Amino acid sequence: MNPPAQVVCRFQVNGDVRECAVAPNTTLLEALRYGLGLTGSKQGCDKGDCGACTVVMDGAPVLACITLALACEGRLITTVEGLAHGATPHPLQDAFDVCGGAQCGFCTPGVLMSAWALLEHNPSPTRAEIALALSGNLCRCTGYTKIFEAVELAATRRSVATADGKS
Amino acid sequence: MSRAKDEAARVPDPRVPSGRQMPEENRLTPPVWPGGRTAAPGTDFSVIGRRNRKLEGLAKVTGRAVFADDLSLPRMLHGKLLRSIHAHARIRSIDPSAALAMPGVHAVITGRDLPAWFGIIPWTEDEQALCEEKARYVGDAIAAVAADTELAAEEALRLIRVEYEVLPAVTSIDEALEHPEWKVNEKAREGNISKHVHLEFGDVDARIADSDEVIEGEYWYEGSTHAPIEPHCAIADFDATGFLTLYSSTQVAHYLHRDLARVLGLPTQRVRVIQPVVGGAFGGKSEPFSLEFCAARLSMDLGRPVKILYTREEVFYAHRGRHPMRMRYRTGIRRDGTLTGVDAKIHIDGGAYSSFGLVTTYYSGQLLSAPYKMEAYRFDSTRVFTNKPCCGPKRGHGSVQPRFAFECQIDKLAEAVGLDPIEVRRRNFIGENSRTVNGMRVTSNGFLECLEQVERASAWKERFRRMPYGRGVGVAGSMYISGTNYCIYPNEMPQSGVQLKLDRSGRATVFCGASDIGQGVESVLAYIVAEELGLTLGDIRVVAADTDLTPVDLGSYSSRETFMVGNACLDAARRLRGLVVGTLAEAWGCAPAEVKLAGGIASTARDAERERMSVKEAFQRTEARHGTLGSVGWYQTPRLGGDYRGGTIGASPAYSFTAHVAEVDCDPETGFIQVKKIWVAHDCGRALNPVAVEGQMEGSAYMGFAEALFEEQVFKPATAAHGAGLHHGPSLLDYRIPTSLDTPELESLIVESVDPEGPYGAKEAGEGPLHPSVPAIANAIYDALGIRCDRLPFSPPHVLRLLRAGDARAVWQKARGQRSGHVPAGARG
Repeated sequence: MNPPAQVVCRFQVNGDVRECAVAPNTTLLEALRYGLGLTGSKQGCDKGDCGACTVVMDGAPVLACITLALACEGRLITTVEGLAHGATPHPLQDAFDVCGGAQCGFCTPGVLMSAWALLEHNPSPTRAEIALALSGNLCRCTGYTKIFEAVELAATRRSVATADGKS
Repeated sequence: MSRAKDEAARVPDPRVPSGRQMPEENRLTPPVWPGGRTAAPGTDFSVIGRRNRKLEGLAKVTGRAVFADDLSLPRMLHGKLLRSIHAHARIRSIDPSAALAMPGVHAVITGRDLPAWFGIIPWTEDEQALCEEKARYVGDAIAAVAADTELAAEEALRLIRVEYEVLPAVTSIDEALEHPEWKVNEKAREGNISKHVHLEFGDVDARIADSDEVIEGEYWYEGSTHAPIEPHCAIADFDATGFLTLYSSTQVAHYLHRDLARVLGLPTQRVRVIQPVVGGAFGGKSEPFSLEFCAARLSMDLGRPVKILYTREEVFYAHRGRHPMRMRYRTGIRRDGTLTGVDAKIHIDGGAYSSFGLVTTYYSGQLLSAPYKMEAYRFDSTRVFTNKPCCGPKRGHGSVQPRFAFECQIDKLAEAVGLDPIEVRRRNFIGENSRTVNGMRVTSNGFLECLEQVERASAWKERFRRMPYGRGVGVAGSMYISGTNYCIYPNEMPQSGVQLKLDRSGRATVFCGASDIGQGVESVLAYIVAEELGLTLGDIRVVAADTDLTPVDLGSYSSRETFMVGNACLDAARRLRGLVVGTLAEAWGCAPAEVKLAGGIASTARDAERERMSVKEAFQRTEARHGTLGSVGWYQTPRLGGDYRGGTIGASPAYSFTAHVAEVDCDPETGFIQVKKIWVAHDCGRALNPVAVEGQMEGSAYMGFAEALFEEQVFKPATAAHGAGLHHGPSLLDYRIPTSLDTPELESLIVESVDPEGPYGAKEAGEGPLHPSVPAIANAIYDALGIRCDRLPFSPPHVLRLLRAGDARAVWQKARGQRSGHVPAGARG
């Protein structure tokens, strides 16, 4: 069996235009992890069950392990590596660190991307809304409590920052 | 005092030389520090007990933490394992020629290439990396391929031709016992018996006969698996000098190091095991697996690095999870609530291999003897082999199942004598500084406070037996070990070692074999060094779990890390602290005790202006005075346990205690149980970092809840028309682990009993808080519906069956009448 011919796929990742040679059956997760060296997004099940591979595409969380790389041609993709501003962590990342929202840290990149997409659309979500938004991301360590607290803290800090900005 | 019988005692194990134990006076004794191990170095703590960040937290949230599969080495090949499609089959032949002919395929290995037997417990080495003669479960590994890509390796697997002779499969405890001739594991001494333990303490039958009420119950605990989100992954790199480096998502780098060397025929000093960041383990990565041996063998044959990453399906086959257990309990109580005798008969479904099964079999009885006094206790536990993936240690190893049964028994006994179940638990409290019926030493014990906390927080008195039909609360308690005296292979060396380096840059580097699997043991090391040497956390670097660089720690299992690694680290840090403080005291002309090191500053209270310098400068002065600064520290358990064979299994230098109250909301029409909330009170001795302790408590309670309601690692029975031993759904869709929507609200209540031997008084928090989840939910369901859920999981079909089996309403009504003497208003519905 010959490996399928590769084509060049181009998308915007974390603000940069990136090109990557992919086969028709290459997933977005494989392209990110093995093609572009963005190993922050994780593979937990490779079939869309666990959410560890979640990235944000054009503002919505998607499961990179069941998204074909070629289907992302020209799209805007943000991974966990794209949240921080240079060496400064994103306030959501910082909140996860402060609250103990990451234990083993393997589901964390995916959880962060779902939470980030939520806060972009809904800056002050209720706990029920957070739970719903994160229901596609399995975490085996925390029992979710510290994750909820982290998202709430990030939302609070953000609203305080916004209020300060206005005054 | 106690009468101990153990069938194995009659057959002395030839591999344990008599008199091998070092005489007491020659054994390592940890140093005694001024103020003891529990005290703060200065007047109060500056780091310990604070809600600090974890050391590796920011790396994890920014995607920079490097897990095994994130590593890639030059010229690296990818390996895949071929797995058996039969539950039990003799391997007649394996023909790899077509696979080898495929472009991009570099090697195929089979059982003949890795013939050595191994096993985590040296007395039960009954596994091979690849089955040579026989496959023992669907998914047992029989060949491995190395190819240019993962895809090519997977294609090649399909081209390997295996000729099987299918054998009768054993898929249940009863089949294993009834058909000893269908031998699953040839290493078993007798039939399909993996291990049998019978121990008796006191006259159980007489104590039970002397009871006012006796409850007998049969319980079934279904198997479940760890399902860490990171699948197992290993990369082996054998170089031209004959040196093997293995990166692996393991939680026991040291044991892996030993077994790798042995199975591959390499001297241990030519093997290096490195544990990258591990994405969850829960016991599921606490022994060597086929992928590690196969990656190493392939790398040795090919002279190139080889990576093997398990698929999610393979993680379910690797398993080593919770043993299914069938438990019969007979327990007596007197009218005043005193527990009398406890009689347990337990059958354990072990799967195809031994794993930690010897320990599991002991733990199933040994770890039940606190927090309650019992006058007499007997357990008879039998682990059997079956043609299913091997069970092993999952969070709360061996003791979660009996704890479920026993705490349900206590609930029934309390009702039988008309006492509140919290009150019964209180009345039987074993106390601090006590000894259990099976000879275990209990020192600190905050169980009463745990009970009080959950009673108060849950408004127990207003709600128990007082809520409307369908809603209820239940309570349960437990204890767990903070590491165990029983070292997996016999030796007299420390259980944990730490090396500490200070230098003139003002940085401290801690080297330790400890395995961080997300619980934060690397942070524990940093907190202790920061506390003792007055450093800020950013000034400390931890190098962990790299067998070339770090002194041995036995790894992350038995909830041993905080206690044992913490003590080793405290030892190393106090040695250097002594030098630094001594140097400054000399310079300032004060007593060493007057020197304070905190927040990067060395100072005294008497002259804060002149007697003050940075810790960095203090290190420089100390280095000038004493030479290059380094120290070692270690921890070894004191001699503990009962004076009988197996008496050290379950012996721990400190026990943690937990109490839960669970609240449920049940739908009697559908059988759907919703757990609304679990209050978790846990005595962790002292919380070195309360955020981390709460995280362990919540994660444990969640995992217990998951086992109670959702998870089943189950297989097609041998009686099925086809597919005997096939896993019911080896995926995270079919094997239902709770999502953020399923998980109840969890409230952590930390209790600090300050253990006399723990580092600053700390004990474990990682496994204990799982135990009471399951029985607390079961007891809450009884309060809500009047049915006793004695079998896991409490799924809707199971609950409906129980509701239809008898008059649950009448039982429910009666339980209420008994408590308050009148029918509560809500009962009319």
